[in-house]
Amino acid sequence: MEISYFPGCTLKTNGRNFEGTALPLLELFDIHAKELDDWYCCGVSFSQSADNLMQQIAPIRTLVKAKESGNTRLLTLCAMCYNTLQRAIFFIKSDEDKRDIIHDFMYREGTKFYGDEVEVVHLLTLLKEIGSEEIKKRVKKKVDEFKIAPYYGCMLLRPKEVAIDSSNAPEIMEEILEAAGCETTYFPFKTECCASYQIVNNSEIVKARTKKIVNSAVKNGADVIVLSCPLCFYNLDEIQIEIKKEDKNFKTIPVLYFTQILALLMGIKSEVNNFSLHYIDPTPVLKRKGLL
Amino acid sequence: MKKIGVFVCHCGINISSTVDIEAVKEALKNYPGVTHIEDYKYMCSDPGQNLLKERIKEKGLDGVVVAACSPTLHENTFRTAVMLVGMNLYNCEIANIREQCSWVHKDKKVATKKAKLIIKSVVEKALLNEELEPVKVPVTRRAMVVGAGIAGIQAALNIANSGYEVVLVDKNPSIGGRMAQLSETFPTLDCSQCILTPKMVEVSQNKNIKLMTYSEVVDVSGFVGNFKVKIKKKVKYVDWDKCNGCGICIEKCPVTVSSEFNQGVGKRKVIYTPFPQAVPNKPVLDAENCTYFIKGKCQICKKLCPPDAVDYTQVDEFVEEEVGAIVVATGYDTYDISNMEEFGAGKIPDVIDGLTFERLLSSSGPTNGEVRRPSDGKIPKEVVFISCVGSRDPEHHFSYCSKICCMYSAKHAMLYKHRVPDGQPFIFYMDVRTGGKGYEEFYQRAQEEDKVIYLRGKVSKLYREDGKIVVCGIDTLSGKYVELNADMVVLATAIRPSAGVNEFARLLKIHYDENGFLTEAHPKLRPVESLSAGIYLAGCAQAPKDIPDTIAQASGAAAMVANLFASDHLLHEPLIAGVNEDLCSGCGFCVTVCPYDARKLNKEEGIVEVNEVLCEGCGSCSASCPSGAAQQKNFTDTQLVNMVKAILKD
Amino acid sequence: MEKRMTVSSQNFKNEDIQKLEEISEVNVYSCYQCGNCSASCPAFEFMDMPPHQVIRAVQLGFIDEILEANTPWICAACISCTVKCPRGVDIAKLMEGVRQVILRKGIDHLNINEIDKKLREQLPQIALIANFRKTIL
Repeated sequence: MEISYFPGCTLKTNGRNFEGTALPLLELFDIHAKELDDWYCCGVSFSQSADNLMQQIAPIRTLVKAKESGNTRLLTLCAMCYNTLQRAIFFIKSDEDKRDIIHDFMYREGTKFYGDEVEVVHLLTLLKEIGSEEIKKRVKKKVDEFKIAPYYGCMLLRPKEVAIDSSNAPEIMEEILEAAGCETTYFPFKTECCASYQIVNNSEIVKARTKKIVNSAVKNGADVIVLSCPLCFYNLDEIQIEIKKEDKNFKTIPVLYFTQILALLMGIKSEVNNFSLHYIDPTPVLKRKGLL
Repeated sequence: MKKIGVFVCHCGINISSTVDIEAVKEALKNYPGVTHIEDYKYMCSDPGQNLLKERIKEKGLDGVVVAACSPTLHENTFRTAVMLVGMNLYNCEIANIREQCSWVHKDKKVATKKAKLIIKSVVEKALLNEELEPVKVPVTRRAMVVGAGIAGIQAALNIANSGYEVVLVDKNPSIGGRMAQLSETFPTLDCSQCILTPKMVEVSQNKNIKLMTYSEVVDVSGFVGNFKVKIKKKVKYVDWDKCNGCGICIEKCPVTVSSEFNQGVGKRKVIYTPFPQAVPNKPVLDAENCTYFIKGKCQICKKLCPPDAVDYTQVDEFVEEEVGAIVVATGYDTYDISNMEEFGAGKIPDVIDGLTFERLLSSSGPTNGEVRRPSDGKIPKEVVFISCVGSRDPEHHFSYCSKICCMYSAKHAMLYKHRVPDGQPFIFYMDVRTGGKGYEEFYQRAQEEDKVIYLRGKVSKLYREDGKIVVCGIDTLSGKYVELNADMVVLATAIRPSAGVNEFARLLKIHYDENGFLTEAHPKLRPVESLSAGIYLAGCAQAPKDIPDTIAQASGAAAMVANLFASDHLLHEPLIAGVNEDLCSGCGFCVTVCPYDARKLNKEEGIVEVNEVLCEGCGSCSASCPSGAAQQKNFTDTQLVNMVKAILKD
Repeated sequence: MEKRMTVSSQNFKNEDIQKLEEISEVNVYSCYQCGNCSASCPAFEFMDMPPHQVIRAVQLGFIDEILEANTPWICAACISCTVKCPRGVDIAKLMEGVRQVILRKGIDHLNINEIDKKLREQLPQIALIANFRKTIL
């Protein structure tokens, strides 16, 4: 099976460990992710001002690309891309007047987009569709006492209309990881924001958030945190180094994409993990648990 | 041609400010059939009614049209007035020029034109109205009360003490309902069971009350004064005629399961009475959990029962009762905490709902009134109470206020403090609503004397950490984000109509609102009646309410029943649809559209017959009749055509 | 911040207040001040005016307080507030509106050149682009 695929910018740079593990993983299920031709930036942050439609053009152009590709199921890995594209679909469907203005603006581009023609699907949703049984079948390694804290962040859960699972108490990542034989921990901070783009010029907020989130995961016995957003990844991973510099008692924890764990369990060669992209080295714990 | 008098009301300035009364009079005075026209500031006033009566006599009128407010308000007033001077009341018609005209228009010209047309069309109707007499219906002077909580008990006792027989039905093994589960009641802190049990005993002793517990209504047919109700008496596996209530079976039963009465925090036996003061105090056997029914072995209860009352061969029994009125008092459930994901969705053991906390406070409860948390039996030292859980949240749950939570949370905090003097109660609230006698004083006492700390704001989430429950919230008064490490959290979950009540409402053909609460006939003026005649409402089935309000409504419902039973017959509106036998082809369309089962096809004669008592005059049959055989009295096709013509003529 | 304020119908006729409602399409009068937005805000302690007070200030027309507050620039658009609001107020959208009102006055809240070059290269692009919320585009 072939599915259209929108990688977004970060997966080609900081997030190579995410794409690098996700795509071979899908191949195990005979799913080939076909990258859109000449894709644009998704716009990253969905514009929330009612009178500035310019900022909707970026995600809509991407959706138009998907429509034109003929393969209209569009896979995303990055949580921010997922959010922006999905919200753009809701936006175009819910306000006809604004849709018309956008169509007028894009008249030279030919293809019109109405919202229903493309389905944006996140990798987690796709894996849930594939089902626990199929996942189980492909697992090659067994791990014991390896406790994972799945972290969702914001963009997969909010606002409600784009949520891939319950906004308050999601379980989808737990279900997939448990199907692969992992143990997940109680993790009350799994839906809390890492402070997102504030890392650029307000990193103190990210520091405070990461401290809370990591402490909660550690307290609940987690060996690693897994997630699905390249920005959360950077924030939770890199800033732990900064926190550790200030607070010697702070206990760090490796952060991984959930696909890295699955790829290791399913015996995909470990090079795709690009462990050099990690700030907190996850290899010791992975070795200890027999995954490397 | 009839002589019609038209009386135009100003309704102060409600009508006259947008309708030009003089112009209306001018337009109508020469209208065919109109022999007199007059206006008055308030037609509904005594002088207004007198004017109507005088002119009927003086001018020899044989029909009147009062152009005024909606007929739902004063039709009765004017009809009674005309009857007093000997006119048949169906010759008095109302033209609604207020709600349907003056109130909805701003432009005086438009409104005046519309008023003229409305009056003209009603004059056309009045010209062809027949004189009718009400249909007499016999009344079975016997009532049924469904639900035997405090509302049902009160209604049943009031009806029974008025001298009428009452069948009191409840789905549980005992009467008492939710009130029997409560610890102490606000604002007096009376022990709930202590004030309830005398009433329960009174029910069991009252000769006029036929008690049917562990029973459910499965079918209702008939109409006001003449209902037939089918009841399922659920199988008890105990012959209550033989049982002497000695309790040996309960004592010796080897299997315990979680007790519904104790909200799951206590245990009961498989053969059980829900609580010690149960009425009737006789056990039922829960076959689902019984070793004998599961494995075919045990039979301890049967072997030990002195009067040999245990009978494993019993089956459900169905009985039918004939009653003239029904009081629906089916009560409430609390919104399940599994719906509250941000509060742990019921997975955090020491996060409980208010009703469960009542059981922990109750001296007859599983902890004998000591506040011990369910997870480990420890006495909690810091307890957080959260109001408006599911209530006042139109975005995620319910928009309405559950009304009793402010008071019971204050009571919970207070009682907790009395039981655990070194403990600290906290209440998160958004508004404190203490409308009720002595309620505000009670709230003040909770703050002043028991040092209950009120935090104004919502709790955003709860989570477990180090054996505590971390409560994350806001106090908007100080503007601070607050975190509390609680030992126990009590959620004041929304009051919901009890499970299954909406199916029951459909059985009774009564309405319920978008939240599932039963709809009263008028939100202000008819709060204890349903929209179906002869069916009355009491207690939380209609809307969340506290005990005093429940008692008041239940007594009100009982008074309505007694009012209905004051005569051995009822007068039914004669505005019904008959059948012109010469025209009826027996096609049966009308039978299928009739919502009241009032029409039946007589296959031998090939015509449709009407039960005049069941017909509510809705007109569905006349609208669907292809031959014009179904004609509604005083709403005939000719009248309707004339009315439409009158409107279209100008 | 001023402690004594005048409340008058003139407050609501303020051009910025009206602009804010227009940009955000949020009806702030739905808010009954339960504070759940603030209770669930991840950056609460960094804000000099918590989200529920921003809404309150809009309700009363205290526009200057809102324009001076750091709140919209601390907000990470995580939408926790919006999903929690029991009355359906889209607070995240309101915050965007506040940012836009200020940015459209020509007052910038981010100087790209001030970001450390090394950091700029190290950060994921999505962080940089999302952070452009704070600047005039």
